[in-house]
Amino acid sequence: LWFDALGLLVFFQLVFVLSFSTLLLNVSDAKNSEDIRCKCICPPYREHAGHIYNKNVSQKDCDCLHVVEPMPVPGRDVEAYCLRCECKYEERSSATIKVTIIIYLSILGLLLIYMVYLTLLEPFVKRRLFGHSQLIQNDDEVGDHQPFANAHEVLAQARSRANVLNKVEYAQQRWKRQVQEQRKSVFDHHVVLS
Amino acid sequence: NMVNAGEINGSGNLMDFLDEPLPDAGTYEDFHTIDWLREKSRDTDRHRKITSKSKESVWEFIKSLLDAWSGWVVMLLIGLLAGTLAGVIDLAVDWMTDLKEGVCLSAFWYSHEQCCWTSNETTFDDRDKCPQWQKWSELLVNQPEGASAYVLNYFLYVLLALTFAFLAVSLVRVFAPYACGSGIPEIKTILSGFIIRGYLGKWTLLIKTVTLVLAVSSGLSLGKEGPLVHVACCCGNFFCSFFSKYSKNEAKRREVLSAAAAAGVSVAFGAPIGGVLFSLEEVSYYFPLKTLWRSFFAALVAAFTLRSINPFGNSRLVLFYVEYHTPWYMAELFPFILLGVFGGLWGTLFIRANIAWCRRRKSTKLGKYPVLEVILITAVTAIVAYPNPYTRRSTSELISELFNDCGALESSQLCDYINDPNMTRPVDDIPDRPAGPGVYAAMWQLALALIFKIVITIFTFGMKIPSGLFIPSMAVGAIAGRMVGITVEQMAYHHHDWIIFRNWCRPGADCVTPGLYAMVGAAACLGGVTRMTVSLVVIMFELTGGLEYIVPLMAAAVTSKWVADAFGKEGIYEAHIHLNGYPFLDVKDEFTHRTLATDVMRPRRSEPPLSVLTQGSMTVEDVETLIKETDYNGFPVVVSKESERLIGFVQRKDLILAIKNARQRQDGVVSNSIIYFTEDPPQLPASSPHPLKLRRILNLSPFTVTDHTPMETVVDIFRKLGLRQCLVTRSGRLLGIITKKDVLRHMAQMANQDPESIMFN
Repeated sequence: LWFDALGLLVFFQLVFVLSFSTLLLNVSDAKNSEDIRCKCICPPYREHAGHIYNKNVSQKDCDCLHVVEPMPVPGRDVEAYCLRCECKYEERSSATIKVTIIIYLSILGLLLIYMVYLTLLEPFVKRRLFGHSQLIQNDDEVGDHQPFANAHEVLAQARSRANVLNKVEYAQQRWKRQVQEQRKSVFDHHVVLS
Repeated sequence: NMVNAGEINGSGNLMDFLDEPLPDAGTYEDFHTIDWLREKSRDTDRHRKITSKSKESVWEFIKSLLDAWSGWVVMLLIGLLAGTLAGVIDLAVDWMTDLKEGVCLSAFWYSHEQCCWTSNETTFDDRDKCPQWQKWSELLVNQPEGASAYVLNYFLYVLLALTFAFLAVSLVRVFAPYACGSGIPEIKTILSGFIIRGYLGKWTLLIKTVTLVLAVSSGLSLGKEGPLVHVACCCGNFFCSFFSKYSKNEAKRREVLSAAAAAGVSVAFGAPIGGVLFSLEEVSYYFPLKTLWRSFFAALVAAFTLRSINPFGNSRLVLFYVEYHTPWYMAELFPFILLGVFGGLWGTLFIRANIAWCRRRKSTKLGKYPVLEVILITAVTAIVAYPNPYTRRSTSELISELFNDCGALESSQLCDYINDPNMTRPVDDIPDRPAGPGVYAAMWQLALALIFKIVITIFTFGMKIPSGLFIPSMAVGAIAGRMVGITVEQMAYHHHDWIIFRNWCRPGADCVTPGLYAMVGAAACLGGVTRMTVSLVVIMFELTGGLEYIVPLMAAAVTSKWVADAFGKEGIYEAHIHLNGYPFLDVKDEFTHRTLATDVMRPRRSEPPLSVLTQGSMTVEDVETLIKETDYNGFPVVVSKESERLIGFVQRKDLILAIKNARQRQDGVVSNSIIYFTEDPPQLPASSPHPLKLRRILNLSPFTVTDHTPMETVVDIFRKLGLRQCLVTRSGRLLGIITKKDVLRHMAQMANQDPESIMFN
């Protein structure tokens, strides 16, 4: 049952983080008056061309009379002109957009850096550390230059030592072996997901 | 003299061994089917144990309450995470799609629309232009218009599209190869009881989310709805691992996954009810009533989370939410049914062409160059799509524009109608107007876009990047529908004295709404490809908010399904399941042949006899030899080789583990020890080694049918109970075995398909 307790702990932590961040974003939203607007679209009327009016007003003031300034038609035509205009109140959260895009780009950047490291640098580093003699290609993958190709050998070596760093290394090699098997079944043998 | 072997060492050791739970018993191997009945009975046992212990103390009672609520907690978490990820994906796609054309100078993280949000310099005709957002040609060489600017923009568009696609396929290849494709065929198979380890893992979740954004932003003709279902199921799997009720029981886990699939569709379309119905109709295999309520809860939480992130700035959930309520007329049912026929025909064409192309990719050298294939298709898509303004923008925006009705406020080319300058009607009720030159130009551009989309989607779906199918199908249907709608509108305007128009369309009235035709066309095409029925109609009317359009949508959906079913029974997902050879026993297939169980059972006449274990006469060495020489997943246990009366069934994995444990832990067990499955050990000479009791791993109630049972009944049993194998007896004697693979092969043979294409067990 301790797994369930862990699950509950995760749940409460998640709820706390989420509510805190939405609260933070809402608070910062109210401060940013640029994030609300009233958009009035007025179609062409007689000799006047169509026009779009934007103004930072609250929802109760979002109508033609408050937003359309300066009024292009004389007083008696205002009602007819305003009947054709459509005013909509819109709200956005610029902080959400900024945070989301920056988080996404940083995750993408980290993945790209890790990918470059795995494909280009790691065989180079491993060759330096383990020496040329221990990098034997797998029997059934002659000429396999994909990443993680020598995961089996490194896995066997990593098992012999037992400290934290090598535990991490062991887990990483196990993950690499799983990815290697997935890649074989999807890309090479076309067994799944064709 | 014969002594009962059990009395020699006392029964104490044996009882200890029996009480100890076998390690790793109950986990399944990769690419195997689960045993639904065993999982269900294990869950019942667990529940009974908790209920009986809950009466003991307050703490136990609280634990039982927590156990009961854990299901709802998991649904809540799934809804939160799925909604959050969908919001992130929407915002990122919005930004990266516009990145191909230009960049916002004031804040680089704004898309085109967001950048010009606060600007006061947007005009009526060019409501997207503002000085803060500049195209690449403006930024790099300071030339907003002209031929060289066009060429530079074109070049950068193609270059950025290729970059995004290349990054997507590289990330998929290096980190999570299971993240490619739509995901729905594999999830259907997983929910029917198949195990694909790693398909719903954490790395697959991360990579699928990240590369989905890249793939959609690169301008390829694919959508994000199918992959969002996969993402939601990964979230479901992730949260299951925190609760032992779901992590240890594969059947309960699949209940959670069904609900997670509903949450995925809910955030993709902004349609919670449609999501639940989609999960019920398309994705799930067993859908008990408890799952219905929980799916609805998860879908609602996900939709609510997405709404609070507010990706489109208007508190809407989907980009193409339309709000008009103009009525439709009975005479319009005829073009709607025509659109349904078009949808059915297109669905058939797409399924056949796509499966043929995927089969070629699977078996020829084309499949050896996945990265090159993605780059080539992206290059072709970008190069052909840029000149046509309707294909240059993202498909969601195209659908949104096609669904929209043309009021006086629109100034796009599609709404370039000739307005009456003295018109005094309010915005909504504009009467039918003649088409201006812009509309005619838009019509032939739309025709070219239609042909392009039909062709390129066939090659795009199934590539090694996350790719969905809903949005491109809806785009094809929307384009066709809009063209038909404009045609009908112009015919009604110019020939309002014809008999068909005279009754319902007077001059000066707003008769025809081309946007509605686009919606009906989109529903027809989507129905023709996926063969969805109720869930399609519900999703479409939740998308549009118009209950008055249910009848046209239903007419088109029903027509397209009939037309498409006339050519082939399978939707696109079933077709991909058959292509991959997954062991999926479809509940929709009807088995109407008159074969009997004895025609399908193994061993056939030419094959070696059935490998069985006897009740108490085989040694450990015999069993180990049998295991090594064969690769069957289980063995029937009979009384003896002469009588062949059935006792039970034992799984291979359990047998291997039990023998290994016995050799390690129990003293006295050697290769010559007798294995027995009875309650009491057999009579053995005093000098014989210690026997091994394996009754614990024996399933005493295997399913049996007689040899004259019709295959119709056997298939029904397999489907309804989720069996993996079924034993065939005659007069109480064991004759043979039928496995799920045999059933699938037999069905394929009866349907004149290749029975060897069933690959998995």
